Amino acid sequence: MNKILKYGFLDLIRSNWLILYTAFYLIVSVGVLMANGDISKSVISLLNVIIILIPLIATLYGIIYYYNSRDYVEMLLAQPITRKSIFMGQFLGLSLSLSTSFVVGTLIPFVFFGVFRSAYLMHFLFLLIAGVFLTFIFCGLSYLLGLANDNKLKGFGLAILLWLFFAIVYDGVVVISLVKYEDYPLEKFTMLSTLINPIDLSRVFIMLKFDTAALFGYTGALFNKFFGSSLGVIVSVAALSLWSIIPTWLIVRTANKKDF
Amino acid sequence: MLLIASLLAHSSLADIIKVGDGHPYSSVKEGLEAAAPFDTVLLADQTFYEINLRIEKPLTLTGTHQSIIDGELQDEILVIAADSVVVSGITIQNVGYSFIKDRAGIRVEEKDYAIIENCRLFNTFFGIYLQKSNHTIVRGNLIEGSDGSTETYTGNAIHLWYCEEALIEDNITRFHRDGIYLEFVNHSQVNRNVSFRNIRYGLHFMFSNHDDYTGNTFEDNGSGVAVMFSKWINMRHNKFINNWGSASFGLLLKEIYDGELSNNLFEDNTTAIHAEGANRILITQNIIRNNGWALKIMGNCFDNRITKNNFMGNNFNVATNSRQTMDTYEANYWDDYSGYDLDEDGFGDVPHRPVKLFAYIVERVPISIVMLRSLFIEMINVAEYIIPSLTPENLADSIPVLEPYQL
Repeated sequence: MNKILKYGFLDLIRSNWLILYTAFYLIVSVGVLMANGDISKSVISLLNVIIILIPLIATLYGIIYYYNSRDYVEMLLAQPITRKSIFMGQFLGLSLSLSTSFVVGTLIPFVFFGVFRSAYLMHFLFLLIAGVFLTFIFCGLSYLLGLANDNKLKGFGLAILLWLFFAIVYDGVVVISLVKYEDYPLEKFTMLSTLINPIDLSRVFIMLKFDTAALFGYTGALFNKFFGSSLGVIVSVAALSLWSIIPTWLIVRTANKKDF
Repeated sequence: MLLIASLLAHSSLADIIKVGDGHPYSSVKEGLEAAAPFDTVLLADQTFYEINLRIEKPLTLTGTHQSIIDGELQDEILVIAADSVVVSGITIQNVGYSFIKDRAGIRVEEKDYAIIENCRLFNTFFGIYLQKSNHTIVRGNLIEGSDGSTETYTGNAIHLWYCEEALIEDNITRFHRDGIYLEFVNHSQVNRNVSFRNIRYGLHFMFSNHDDYTGNTFEDNGSGVAVMFSKWINMRHNKFINNWGSASFGLLLKEIYDGELSNNLFEDNTTAIHAEGANRILITQNIIRNNGWALKIMGNCFDNRITKNNFMGNNFNVATNSRQTMDTYEANYWDDYSGYDLDEDGFGDVPHRPVKLFAYIVERVPISIVMLRSLFIEMINVAEYIIPSLTPENLADSIPVLEPYQL
């Protein structure tokens, strides 16, 4: 597995797309830092980019990568290697290279801007961690969709739907329910709905760490009480971890059963 | 000869009574008792431990900042119980808190024409307390409570109750409950004061009419300024900065009529202006930037004119809970205006609707604020902007300007 991971990772990280992806984060981070001139505001601006783009890129790149490397995978399958090693290696290589691009691309400008000396180092680290989690989660989900669908068109369609659902539709359903049931106590429902969607969870978790929390009013006080506590942090990390582990486990399971 | 005689006579009228170690009078109390009307009581550079000093003649009490009267956390220190008293340049400190009596560093008790200037007051429960006193001047004082106190254990730095024609200017207040508090105060001026890090409000009006406050700075208070149940208040050239917190605002307008709010700066407040029952207020030429909400205006506000302001970098420019508005919005600069100006007259050709759908939803269901910065929200905002269905239809700026005003 390590060898497949290593070659997959090295192959991907040198590809033009990933260099472009890194460059994109470099440019966005520099731009955001120059425009705001302030670490805290830059992290918040970058948050907007990250919670939308990382899931989108991870989903699309994941599914493209799966279909493109099918021949290579089939060749590997003929070798005396377990399926688990092949697919785990592939998936981890993909997620790791995308994460590396993201981390390197954002870290360099922020380090030059003195993030290590600022009071917002923790906030920035939270942002990086959230980004890495989102990469793993959406790579895993889209890779799984690829595995489950031999029809490329269907696979692509489902992957885009997946992103649409988590980034937009889910929030729409929540907002509509909030308005519809405004007469009921909604605190627990809102909190649960935030915990379930990894994009919402990352967004709210990071925003609560910043001054923007004051905009949340008493809702913020309530959320802060939970997300600010160690239990809240553990539950949040557990939720994100579950979202990363379950697709990985499903990838292995599907791969083992699949007839190539 | 006559002239010299009259001058001599005049100088002998106003004696200087020196108080302190080595002087005829060793305590302030003795000095005040010995003084004749219109004398000056001059305190030496030392600390006097005295309380409940009553000034019952029109005289001047002065000294330097090293002339300290210390109350040792007991009862109040200086009570002005005569007209035309001047207190200047001295330091007053340590008044104990009380839940029964509003103890103060300096209290003016139903007498007029007092002048309190350039004094320093530290850790006095209430700072300067004017009750039923007219034509008072409070100028250039520094008034500090104790850091880390709570709302119940500290009073207001400058407290006015039933006063006419007071002049409050160039004071600095901090760590008190309210920086400046006015209740039943009419025809008064509050100018160029700095109120910061107070626990509740920087400036607080209750039931006060015909007052102006100009050129003040309100920074980092629990909330900036609250103007409640008052009429004809002019608010000009003030700065409302960094009043940030989950229930904070820069300026609260509640039940107020016929005022003017112009040329102010609102920056980094959770809510810059919160208007509730505000009527016939002219809001013009203000810079409102980088706030959470720029203007929260409730449905019970009528006939306000919001014109020629700069709205920049706020999370929400205007929020309201009502589907109609009786206010006028005209010729403001909105940073999120996306229209065009084909005839190049400087005004946009399509009206701007500053209330975003999300702002409306949040007013209705406060908890939905957790969706802030969600992609879905951005999308419905755009959809609503193009075809308004829920947000107030007539709440629109018909001639938004394209370039911010130079204010």
